[in-house]
This record gives sequence, structure tokens and C-alpha cells, in this order.
Amino acid sequence: MSTATADGHLTYGVEAQPRMGFFTDTSVCIGCKACEVACKEWNLVPEDGFVWTGHSFDNTGQLSGSTWRHVAFVERSVRDGDGIDQWLMSSDVCKHCTHAACLDVCPTGAIFRTEFGTVVIQDDVCNGCGYCIPACPFGVISRRERDQGVEHGPGAHDGGAHKCTLCYDRLQDGMEPACAKACPTDSIQFGPLDELVAKARERCEQLVEAGVDSARLYGDDPNDGVGGFGAFFLLLDDPEVYGLPPDPVASTKHLGEIWGAAAAAAALLGGAVLTAMALGSR
Amino acid sequence: MSAPEHRSYYGRPILKEPVWKPEVAWYLFTGGLSGSLSSLGFAARLAGNEVLARRALILAGMVSAANPVLLVKDLGRPLRFLNMLRVFKVTSPMSVGSWIVAAHGTTSGIAAGCEVLGILPRARLLAEGAAAALGLGMSTYTGALVADTSIPVWHEARHELPFVFAGGAAMTAGAAAAALTPARDAAPARFFALTGAAGELANIWAMERRLGPFLAEPYHEGSAGRNGKLAKGLTVAGAAVLAVAGRRRAGAVAGAGLLLAAGALTRWSVFKAGFASARDPKYTVVPQRERADARR
Repeated sequence: MSTATADGHLTYGVEAQPRMGFFTDTSVCIGCKACEVACKEWNLVPEDGFVWTGHSFDNTGQLSGSTWRHVAFVERSVRDGDGIDQWLMSSDVCKHCTHAACLDVCPTGAIFRTEFGTVVIQDDVCNGCGYCIPACPFGVISRRERDQGVEHGPGAHDGGAHKCTLCYDRLQDGMEPACAKACPTDSIQFGPLDELVAKARERCEQLVEAGVDSARLYGDDPNDGVGGFGAFFLLLDDPEVYGLPPDPVASTKHLGEIWGAAAAAAALLGGAVLTAMALGSR
Repeated sequence: MSAPEHRSYYGRPILKEPVWKPEVAWYLFTGGLSGSLSSLGFAARLAGNEVLARRALILAGMVSAANPVLLVKDLGRPLRFLNMLRVFKVTSPMSVGSWIVAAHGTTSGIAAGCEVLGILPRARLLAEGAAAALGLGMSTYTGALVADTSIPVWHEARHELPFVFAGGAAMTAGAAAAALTPARDAAPARFFALTGAAGELANIWAMERRLGPFLAEPYHEGSAGRNGKLAKGLTVAGAAVLAVAGRRRAGAVAGAGLLLAAGALTRWSVFKAGFASARDPKYTVVPQRERADARR
């Protein structure tokens, strides 16, 4: 049995590394999508359709097995209601949760916690059961169906589940993930999680002092429903405006209640079948 | 009911819908049916009702052979189905379930085989007992399976879904056994079916009460709503036929047919409601926004 804990990476003993993560400061995102491109290039993530969504400059739409960074665009008219005078742009990514429901529910052990505290799917173990997909409270993961897609590179359309690896291969070589490396404004910052959180809190206070009252951190609280994110954000509006859940909870937080109900139901069923036999045999 | 005030990103879903195919919805049905048949058959054996025991046992073995087929077909990489058994994780109802399915399929298959061939009575009894215990798990773990996700109408119904599925399992297993068994030996099966029908209806009611009018919406709209409504009607009709005319073979067969259809439709209703609640961000945003605001 394996469980995700806040210190899961510490079970690596001497090989354990500081927990690494992302701080995505959306207040300086310019919507260039360099992160999306760099991610696709480095990780050989297949093409996911050339479609016009009609939703501002966002023609990517959502995170998926074939999209590991997704830049959201929200157009605003805040001053006189005439024309766009405010943009919210935010590069979304897998949150690498402290309590990761995807990892907990994975029945093959394909999803594991790395020595950096990140959450990674092993493509050569995943059998495409799809349980992690509805388990994720952020809708980050999807399956690359075998009969879809035109590319057939390594793991392109293997029928397995895929998501951001926080560039596990680059981390092992002491490099920062491709998206953070490519970000021209340092909206995406990479580093030891505790350092990032301290830096983010300072940045948020700075913004509020400067008059940006709407600035708030999302995912920095270790007491939230997923135990805090390994990849957290500074947002300028409520999370749902960016397509993020306002109060995400890992379903496995309620595992005791869930198994308790199943066990009680099984016991009741056993009682029912014995009662049926006793009464029906008279 | 109209949607409470909420904001979203172009109305796009926050969650991903499950990628599970219809095979999984059918498995929710066959899993409970085969599991509860094993339990019913063994209880009949203990009570000395050999006629009922034999029929329940053989049918359990046949239905349980379908379970792994349905589950393997659903995988994105079916050739890797054995990877399910490379770990055992209590944090994953699918992992626990895979072991239960494998063990129940094996034991109920052995029991049915021995029964048909009339060999190894001791091994058969042992396998029967194991399959009966595992059958209780087969009938209920699927409730835990769907509840342990972020799907709003499944996760928030986590206290009731295992009971809903247990009720449906008893209902369908009792009905199937009652249809195949001479009426004078089938009384326990009829009683089991009627108890299950009542249990399923009561727990669906309790589940919707807990979800409240807003979050229960997906259970009443679209194909989930149609299936659910039809299922309730067929449950009541089938239970009435079985209760009134179940002592005659024709009545038992008719009632059982209605109850089996009802059981399948209920599973489809739950299955489809889950997809619908993932598709519309309001079911994710509204309850979470309420929670977040309450903490402020």
C-alpha cells in the first residue's frame, strides 16, 4: 500500500531532494504562450487539434493529456464599459498536490511521488484505466486515445493517461522545467517550494500595498483540501474566473467515510440475505 | 431549478468527465448481480435449500465470467490488464476492487464448475463460502469506486451510493434466482429481491435529500433523469408483480424481468448523472464557492 503524504518524497531517504514546485505569478503573465510551446517541444507532447474556440486568444482551451501548460485569457471592461481595458492571463498547470487524489486512486502504481515531491505518471506502467481522470479535482489529466491523433511519437497515442511531469527528466539533471525556462517575464518561477511560498507572500503583499486589492494566493495553504499545491498561483480574481475550482478537495480525504459506508452496506446486505433465508425457509 | 449565481471560465468544465465506456455501466450491474447471487446461493446452502443454492451458484459463476471481460475492454491499454494486480492499495477502490473481482470470479467459477460436474464437494463448499463473502464486497465496493472521485454527484453521495448499489444488487440477484427456481423453493430469493428493491428506493431518496435540489439536478435531467424515472417505475411494478404473483412461475419470471431492467437502468442513471455533473462547471463552482465564502 502506498499513500501520498506531505513528505512522500522523504521516503527516498538519502536520495530525497527538497520539494520543488512552481509559483505562477499571473500578474506579470503577458499571454505569450511560450510555456505551452516549450512544454510541447521538450516533452514531445502531441498536437491536440487546431481549433478556434472564440474565447479571446485562448485556442488551447484546457489542460489535458496533450496540453500540460494552458494559458487562460479573460477580457475585461472595468473602467467605462467601452472596450477591453483589463486582461487576466494565467498559465495553468498540474498542481502536484500534497495529497494527490490521482496518485491515491491509481490502481497500478503507475502514478508515483518523485524524490522532488512531484507527481508523475509512468507511461510504461499505466494501463489506461482512466480512474485518475475524474479523481483530479482540477481536471488536469486525460487519456490519449489510441484511435485519435495524427502523431505517433514516443507515448503519443498509447491509450494511457498523461499529464505534466514537472519535467522530471530535467530536474534529475539539475535543470529547471522547460516552461519556467521559456517564460520571458518570470511569471512562471521554479524552485524549492518553501522558498517560492515565502517569495509569493511577499509579492502578494507588495501588490496589495500598491493598490491591487484583488491579488490573492491560490494553493499556498497547506491546510486546504489537497494539503497545498506543489504548483501554486497568484491570481487577480476568484479562481473560478480562470477555470479553477474555488475550494478543491482530494476525494481520498474522505476515504474513511467512503470505505465505512461500503463496509456498512456490505454488512447490511449480509444481514438481508440471512434474514431472507430464515424468513423464506419457514 | 435555475442555477445559483456563479462565475466560470467561458462556461467550460473544470473537471474532466470520466472516460469510462458503457462497459463500466454494465459492469456496475453485473458486478452486483453476480456478487449477491454468490451470497444468496451460499446462504441457501447453509439453510439446506439445495435447489435454490444450485441455481444461484451456477448463475453467479456465469455472470461473474462477464465481469473481467467488461472491465478489460474498457481499459485504454487492455493488454496491460494484469498491471491491476501488481500492487494492492486501500487508497484506491479500483485496486481493492480488482482483487475482489479476481478472487470472486475465481471462487465462484470453481464453485459453479464443481456443482455442474458434481465433483469435489469440499472444495466446492470452500469456494462457495469465499465467493459469498467476496460477493458482499462485489455488491458494494462499486459505490466506493465512483464516490472516490471529484465528480460532484458521486462524491457528495458517498454515504448513500454503496447502499443504493447494495439494494440494487440484492434486488437483481433475488429476482434472477426467483425466475430460475421452482416457486416453492424460491421464497428466500423473492424476499431478498423485495428487500433489495425497498432498500434501493429508500437510499436513492436519502441520497437526493442529502444532495439537495441543486446538486440532485443531474439525476433528474437528460438521459440520467429518464433512466432514473423509468427505473423507479419498473422497480415498483416488478416488486408488486413478484410479491403478488411470484408463487407462480410466470409471475416470478415477469416480476424478475422488470426488476432486472430496473436494476440496470438505475446503474445507468447514476453513471450518466456523474458525466453530466462533470460537464457543467456550476456543479463544481457553486458548492465550493459556498464553502470558501463560509470560511471567510
